[in-house]
Amino acid sequence: MGDKNRTNTASDYEKMDMLRFTTAGSVDDGKSTLIGRLLYDSKSIFEDQMEAIEKTSRSSGEEEVNLALLTDGLKAEREQKITIDVAYRYFATPRRKFIIADTPGHTQYTRNMVTGASTADLAIILVDASKGLLTQSRRHAFISTLLRIPHLVVAVNKMDLVEYDEQAFNAIKEEFRNFAKKLDVGEVTFIPISALKGDNVVDKSENMSWYQGSTLLYHLEQVEVDRGYNAIDFRLPVQYVIRPHQDFRGFSGRIASGRIKPGDEVMVLPSKTTTKVKDIVTRDHNLSQAQYGDSVTLTMEDEVDISRGDMIVRRNNVPTQSQHIDAYLCWMNEEALELGKNYLLQHTSQVVSMQVETIHYRMNVDTLSQEDTPRLALNEIGRVQITTSKALFIDPYKINKITGSFIVIDPASNVTVGAGIIRKQAEAQLTKQTVSPNVVWEPWNIPREQREARNGHPAKVLWFTGPSGSGKTTIAQALEQKLWAASKQTILLDGDQVRHGLCGDLGFSPEERTENIRRVGHLAKLFYEHGNIVLCSFVSPYAKDRDAVKALFSEADFVELYVQSSIETRLQRDPKGLYAKAKSGEITGIHGYDLAFEEPSSPDFVLNTDENNPQELVQKVFEGIFG
Amino acid sequence: MSHYQHSHLDELENEGIYVMREVAAQFERPVLLFSGGKDSIVMFYLALKAFHPGRIPFPLMHVDTGHNFPETIAFRDQLVSKYKAELIIGSVQESIDSGRVKEETGPDASRNALQTVTLLDTLKKHQVDAALGGGRRDEEKARAKERFFSHRDSFGQWDPKNQRPELWNIFNGRKNMGESFRVFPLSNWTEMDVWQYIAREDIDIPNLYFAHERKVFNRRGVWLADTDFVNRMDEEELVSKVVRFRTIGDATCTGAVLSEAKSMDDIIQEVASARQTERGNRHDDKRSETAMEDRKRQGYF
Repeated sequence: MGDKNRTNTASDYEKMDMLRFTTAGSVDDGKSTLIGRLLYDSKSIFEDQMEAIEKTSRSSGEEEVNLALLTDGLKAEREQKITIDVAYRYFATPRRKFIIADTPGHTQYTRNMVTGASTADLAIILVDASKGLLTQSRRHAFISTLLRIPHLVVAVNKMDLVEYDEQAFNAIKEEFRNFAKKLDVGEVTFIPISALKGDNVVDKSENMSWYQGSTLLYHLEQVEVDRGYNAIDFRLPVQYVIRPHQDFRGFSGRIASGRIKPGDEVMVLPSKTTTKVKDIVTRDHNLSQAQYGDSVTLTMEDEVDISRGDMIVRRNNVPTQSQHIDAYLCWMNEEALELGKNYLLQHTSQVVSMQVETIHYRMNVDTLSQEDTPRLALNEIGRVQITTSKALFIDPYKINKITGSFIVIDPASNVTVGAGIIRKQAEAQLTKQTVSPNVVWEPWNIPREQREARNGHPAKVLWFTGPSGSGKTTIAQALEQKLWAASKQTILLDGDQVRHGLCGDLGFSPEERTENIRRVGHLAKLFYEHGNIVLCSFVSPYAKDRDAVKALFSEADFVELYVQSSIETRLQRDPKGLYAKAKSGEITGIHGYDLAFEEPSSPDFVLNTDENNPQELVQKVFEGIFG
Repeated sequence: MSHYQHSHLDELENEGIYVMREVAAQFERPVLLFSGGKDSIVMFYLALKAFHPGRIPFPLMHVDTGHNFPETIAFRDQLVSKYKAELIIGSVQESIDSGRVKEETGPDASRNALQTVTLLDTLKKHQVDAALGGGRRDEEKARAKERFFSHRDSFGQWDPKNQRPELWNIFNGRKNMGESFRVFPLSNWTEMDVWQYIAREDIDIPNLYFAHERKVFNRRGVWLADTDFVNRMDEEELVSKVVRFRTIGDATCTGAVLSEAKSMDDIIQEVASARQTERGNRHDDKRSETAMEDRKRQGYF
């Protein structure tokens, strides 16, 4: 089998290529009818399929044969007359094979649209000519752009309902163009059609002589298939190691991007070992070169240790290695995304633990505005910061779809709950690795929620920042007393607690201050996970350090309090004698005196101790947070 | 070389090999469901390519209804011995003998439906956590929504409403104890793609696929072969015809088509002009409009 030379079948199919496209539209945009029409007019429907839908159309009392029945597969859909999931359809012309990812357009199914779009070369956005550009069309356009589908087609459908009017078509075109200005859209083609009547789908319409462009099918046949692949940066995520005997060790995978040939120097990540490619082995014969999209097996000149999850790249062209990822995340599960919860992340051939540290914002896919949110629910798309237990080898999705994408898996149910699109490595907010190598997260034995339930109050972190002598500790102590009296579980951390033990090795240089705050942040996190209201009183003069701590918690649970007072008051109070020493020149480097104190840009509370007495301020905070 | 040069068959082959390797890497005890039909042969061929020069790192599994065409069994045995593959056989006859299933009676009696029990029993017996199947999404409308990695609960059943989303080329094969996966590397292939690939790669297939003379009889528009396993009724007249099979399944329910196609090129021509889907000749799908979906939910291939 296959051991002879390939037969010389110089048939046309050898020259055919493949286009994957997605269709998105509302329930009533006539999407299923359009697909039915494409299949029907391109003669891709068989007699028995046609008979089956004729029978069904008749039994549900419809006059014409309902072409939509060809695509609405499952029982429930036929009952409700809607499409409920991504369905894949196939047809071919002598030039090209087509794969359609047919996705539903209801509000609640962003998830399916993202799924269909993830593998598409082209998206058809259906707009009902009689209704104009609806919210849903905008959403489809946004998602197509987010997933960087190289070609967009806006098919203005139901032209028959507007008497094939050119003005109606132009108005929608104009409206879409205006909207698309806000998006990073590539090529857009507008085609006026009637899926029901067949105008401009496969055959040129006789009703729209004003339209000089291609029919939809012609466009689908002609558009260049480039898959959005990256031909430059060589990346081979290792999928499998083939080792039939001592003398052969092959590293298999599908080339994500770039090209390779025998003799090329390569580097293996994460070990950074370098070697040269010996052969590109396939069952047919060894290849002189291989490129993106090829499933290959490489052998190496040297004996190198490579396993699944590693990535083979070129030494002078490496992906970013990082545990901190800035990404768009589309949430796909009924159970909302939880900050700080452990999930699994699957990226190329690696699975690692991950947590979402911050949700920067949620994208309103209808208005394209950015909204603050403490959570991401089903079908919501947000920009997040993720930390992983192990470094990933990433590229921005924009540059490389394969090394730039990942999925999120719930470790309890094993279900795929999210789809991630990598923007870039996250700004290093933390000075050191937050996770030691080889440490795998285990979920807390008793989760915080249970502790909170037993304590009868939520865990919180109250971060008091301000120059020395501003009154942070005075207020924090009084507040803790008040909380304690109200039977809350509390702890107060200040310099004295940590500088003697945990941070006893640190001085007061900017780097050491940063490290001090980093440690305090994680210490606070442990107490927080234990269900405490954690009061932290630290000068913390640098905004980036405070932001790094903030990023460890959900927005709702972290409260930043800026304690203010004039320099005169502080010099007068001088609880630790620091200002006196500074005045006399004994010490330097006091933030808020000879060094800058970076004021918080948007603290939750500003507590001015010049104008108010501590009791008033404590009352204000208590009511503001716990009232 | 500035342009992406893959033909559709290259693309499908690369994807199929990728899926094979994911299965070998992500699962502990996969099997390749082998029926002797063209789809399972192509799948086997992709596995050969995926693991070359090594051996296929998982066994083949054949659910034998006992009603197979003898040509199919001969082909299977020859292939297994040529490539030194490991073969697991699940026997419907044994399931009947042990009382796990009850043989159907009457003229339409078929062991096709009984296979599901044997399949599930055999998968369980060998603690299979992933079964590679030759199913294609173009075959039938219920299959159009099938994933590459299709999750099955601990009873081997499929829940079409609760499928995992599948994005890019990232396949999530994680599961709890007792659960399993069906994996379909040929998901994106059509019948035409399979034939074109068989022709291009010069893959051996059972001669049942090529036109030959055979004794057949017509039942409700379907030509069935005269075998020991079919209860032919008196009024069903036996005639000799030149036929071939578009699919190879159980002899009791796989219909032949009248055809002169003797070579691969003839077959491709014939498929290109066919006006009936290949399953149009499958008796088992004709029982009700959602026959396929109902069987899939129960754990059918």
